[in-house]
Amino acid sequence: MRARVLADGAAEGRALVLDEPLSFWGGVDPASGEIVDTRHPQRGASVAGRVLVMAAVRGSSSSSSVLAEAIRAGNAPAAILLGEADLILAVGAAVAEELYGRRVPVLQLTLDDLATIPDGAAVAVEEGGVVTLL
Amino acid sequence: MRLVVRAAEVLAAERLIPITRAHVDSCLYHGEATVDFVERLISGAAHVAVPTTLNVGALDLLHPELWHGDARAAERGGLLMHHYRALGCEPTFTCAPYQLAAARPSFGEQVAWAESNAIVFCNSVLGARTERYGDFTDIACAITGRVPDAGLHRDAARRARLVLRIGSDVPAALLDDDALYPVLGIVLGRRAGSRVAAIDGLPAGLSEERLKAIGAAAASSGAVAMFHAVGSTPEAPTLAEALQWSEPDAVEVVGLAELRAARDELTTVGGGAPPGTPIGTVSLGTPHASLAELRAVERELAGATPAPGVELLVSTARSILADAEQEGVAQRLRALGVELLVDTCSYIAPVLRPSPLPAMTDSGKWAFYAPGNIGVEVVFGSLRECIRSAVEGRVWRDAGIWSDA
Repeated sequence: MRARVLADGAAEGRALVLDEPLSFWGGVDPASGEIVDTRHPQRGASVAGRVLVMAAVRGSSSSSSVLAEAIRAGNAPAAILLGEADLILAVGAAVAEELYGRRVPVLQLTLDDLATIPDGAAVAVEEGGVVTLL
Repeated sequence: MRLVVRAAEVLAAERLIPITRAHVDSCLYHGEATVDFVERLISGAAHVAVPTTLNVGALDLLHPELWHGDARAAERGGLLMHHYRALGCEPTFTCAPYQLAAARPSFGEQVAWAESNAIVFCNSVLGARTERYGDFTDIACAITGRVPDAGLHRDAARRARLVLRIGSDVPAALLDDDALYPVLGIVLGRRAGSRVAAIDGLPAGLSEERLKAIGAAAASSGAVAMFHAVGSTPEAPTLAEALQWSEPDAVEVVGLAELRAARDELTTVGGGAPPGTPIGTVSLGTPHASLAELRAVERELAGATPAPGVELLVSTARSILADAEQEGVAQRLRALGVELLVDTCSYIAPVLRPSPLPAMTDSGKWAFYAPGNIGVEVVFGSLRECIRSAVEGRVWRDAGIWSDA
């Protein structure tokens, strides 16, 4: 699958397909990677090292900071695959790359392509936005 | 400038346009990455190019005694707030900059605002124009004085795609009650996601406080950056204008049952917190209370004080507090035992007194985020319900407003 690159990088990990949109601020603890939004159906799951698959985005404009802090602390997703372009997450990844030299790709795929990724599947992201199910 | 160009690429903009002001949310501490970023800017001798207000920080700099957290977190949070002042930002420390006369953009002004509730208010209620900027991008736009010419900065994106029609079963008394508006916002966010919606069927000329409550909740449950309330918001004198004379993608009805369900979901206490459930805290002022809202708290209290052991706290801006002190309402509220918090918010800072009992709020946004952020159980209610519950020390319900007409 070819994706639109919002923040570039290469990564591999198991997919975590979210049932509902998640705001990083108020939704993810950057000190652990855990989903802490009490209303989220996947509360308690960890995003750390996963390829996070999220069809829609929502919530706070502080999510850039929370993503950057999660990347700094080593608790960020390996990659983030979105169904819509999101400036807030793309910038969080860009700033973390600038400050710490760590890249977490943030990509936009079509909803049809996103739907082909099963939860738990091994996913590889190459630089330039190529997404492969392993 | 690299960040602004990156933003332009993500938003598929062809050029940058100048802005007149900015509102920056990056001053809230979320870990060392937030300090590292601003220290990089300071080491490059950056300074804002346009008047720039600051959103809430991690602590109340004017009332440090309210902090119950650990000293290092306070030190780092305070340092970050200080650093943003050093970049030339004004120390407003409020999530409701639209309530400050000097910071309020006028209709059609191009600005760069962060803070989800402020973004919605700016676009929807003021008719000024901002995209949904987040941390880092906000200060980058303030320093360059430029934004990508994309999204809600342009006419086309401001058109309503979705029409939400208020159902005929929603009673007139509920339409006239403050309690409806944060709940309607929760429904709006869920239905609209990131789309611009027009809400049709509300009373015309809604107060800024009610529009604020809709927007803050909608930006919590969804990624709403703009909505139209037909007859109230400036780009929607009529439904046809909100739609820019096009057909909507969808027309959906919001009925009483959906509103009641959304209201119930805002309460996390098991069993829905029936009347009589003990509470330990009442938190008001999310987004920051306006002067009118501070007066409303005094009016509802009517001289009563919170029950022993119950904390009643209202968050507001330091400049609104100064106005309230000038007027005397702040002193009168304090004399009744009300705590007034500025510069921060009670769901991001450890300021509420620890209590094993649930906290009650009239804010859809607070109800949405507080359980995850500060680990409290929440009871949602109208301002009247919150105040009366604080006085009685247990949940009081105004049974009439949510029943059938």
